[in-house]
Amino acid sequence: MITTKGLTKVYRSRGREVTALHGVDLHVREGEVFGVVGTSGAGKSTLIRCVNLLERPTSGTVTVDGVELTALPGDEQRAGRELREARRRIGMVFQHFNLLASRTVQQNVELPLEIIGLDRTQRRRKAAELLDLVGLADKARSYPSQLSGGQKQRVGIARALAGDPKVLLSDEATSALDPETTRSVLKLLRDLNRQLGLTVLLITHEMDVIKTVCDSAALMRGGRVVESGALTDLLADNSSRLARDLFPLGDFASGHPGRTVLEITFQGDTPAQPFVSQLARTYQIDINILGAAVETIAGRMVGRMRVELPGAHADNVVPIGYLREQGLQVDVLDFDANGAAA
Amino acid sequence: MTWDQMQQLMWPATWETLGMVGIATLATLAVGLPLGLLLVLTDKGGLLQNPAVARVLGVVVNVGRSVPFVILIVALIPFTRWVTGTSLGWQAASVPLAVGAIPFFARLVETSVREVEPGLVEALQAMGASTATIVRKTLLPEALPALIASLTTTVIALIGYSAMAGTVGGGGLGNLAITYGYQRFETGFMWVIVAELVIIVTALQLLGDLTARRLSHRGEHAGPLALLRTATAKPGARDQDPVSSH
Repeated sequence: MITTKGLTKVYRSRGREVTALHGVDLHVREGEVFGVVGTSGAGKSTLIRCVNLLERPTSGTVTVDGVELTALPGDEQRAGRELREARRRIGMVFQHFNLLASRTVQQNVELPLEIIGLDRTQRRRKAAELLDLVGLADKARSYPSQLSGGQKQRVGIARALAGDPKVLLSDEATSALDPETTRSVLKLLRDLNRQLGLTVLLITHEMDVIKTVCDSAALMRGGRVVESGALTDLLADNSSRLARDLFPLGDFASGHPGRTVLEITFQGDTPAQPFVSQLARTYQIDINILGAAVETIAGRMVGRMRVELPGAHADNVVPIGYLREQGLQVDVLDFDANGAAA
Repeated sequence: MTWDQMQQLMWPATWETLGMVGIATLATLAVGLPLGLLLVLTDKGGLLQNPAVARVLGVVVNVGRSVPFVILIVALIPFTRWVTGTSLGWQAASVPLAVGAIPFFARLVETSVREVEPGLVEALQAMGASTATIVRKTLLPEALPALIASLTTTVIALIGYSAMAGTVGGGGLGNLAITYGYQRFETGFMWVIVAELVIIVTALQLLGDLTARRLSHRGEHAGPLALLRTATAKPGARDQDPVSSH
């Protein structure tokens, strides 16, 4: 639904060049919620603003719903007619809501419809529908200044949906909200994604947001996408930084010399098996649990556990093999070399 | 001088003043508003970014604002004659008044429009709005309270200027205050005129403030109910991310 190829953005000011994006390739499939996560300055904001060409990439292409936007005429300040029409099918919500203070909630939602050119009756009906959808039907006549942050963002979402977009861009939509409001706004996004088949591209600096709503994610660092994919795949990959950030077991100083530390990751049904006690019983070993967590990510139960077995790695080949046979992902953390020395 | 005599002189002069200020205000709005908008739009990063036009407009406005008004009146006599057919009377005085007020108002418009959140312009762009739509639906309506305040300031400045225009044959209250109050030593009459001007200026300022406040829907003017809610619940504290508010 959204594809970027080799997206590069260089800012020039007074002879200095800053590269915000270094050839970013991104692919967001139809109907999924795709999250881009990274620290501030990683280029994620530039990336999302390049998707609807609020910023023109220096090079590279952006294709949304089969239309190559970068091929349409216009510059950063002035968009050509075709680009303006393409933008009407891409909704956008902002961190600071960007609602017009001079208009009521209903008039704010009607604004994109005025731009499309619907008549008054159609606009009213559509705005009422949308406000109902986001649960703010009773606030239609209020002004934005009379609303809480969460309500403002709901208006922002209703407004973004007014043009019946297939794609919704969310630029840190929950970053100015408290945790509770964040959860309710994310739930709304998730519901809209399911009910309307809306494709959502969101950027955030909070791993929790990715965990709560996303099907896929990309990690950005220094203007590059360093990792991306479906969350379930990422979590199965123990070398994934994103998976570790999403699902941290915490730092853990060192294992004891002569012992083996394992990290066991399980997904889906596997936690139903009592594998720790089975292992202890079958091999008559004492298992020390160093850390464990279970969470629901992208609608699937995922758990990770760090355990310590007596004896060196070589002594534990058989129990490790047993665990792998159970469909668990087992990684041996090599603490003997570094950990013992430290 | 009796009150009746004063009144006979004051009313026509009042209408003259209001007439020249009124015409000058209309002309200032018609030219100053687009000029102020262009100052913003053609500037670097503006929707109609054009450095050459921006520079020319900037110079024109600055020159217009630097020329002392008395000199402007004299310098504009040929232009005034061409426009109104005369260089005397209140109709003629409205020409230099307008020319003097246009750059002043344009700068105030520029400041007011710049106050509009850039994020709003961006939101409209993301909706696929054209530049004209952005100006019509966002820049002007969002800046409206500030524009009304700017207009109030401009009209009041025009009343001040109109006294100066009066001294060089423009008529109006200023002229009356000088010719009767000052030159004929009718100090009492002079004070009556000054008092009338104070009343006019105060009324205009009040009207401007009220209108601006009515049109503003930002938090601070949201009405007694919203004020009450802010005082009791402090919604701001809850809605802000502790990280982003630093």
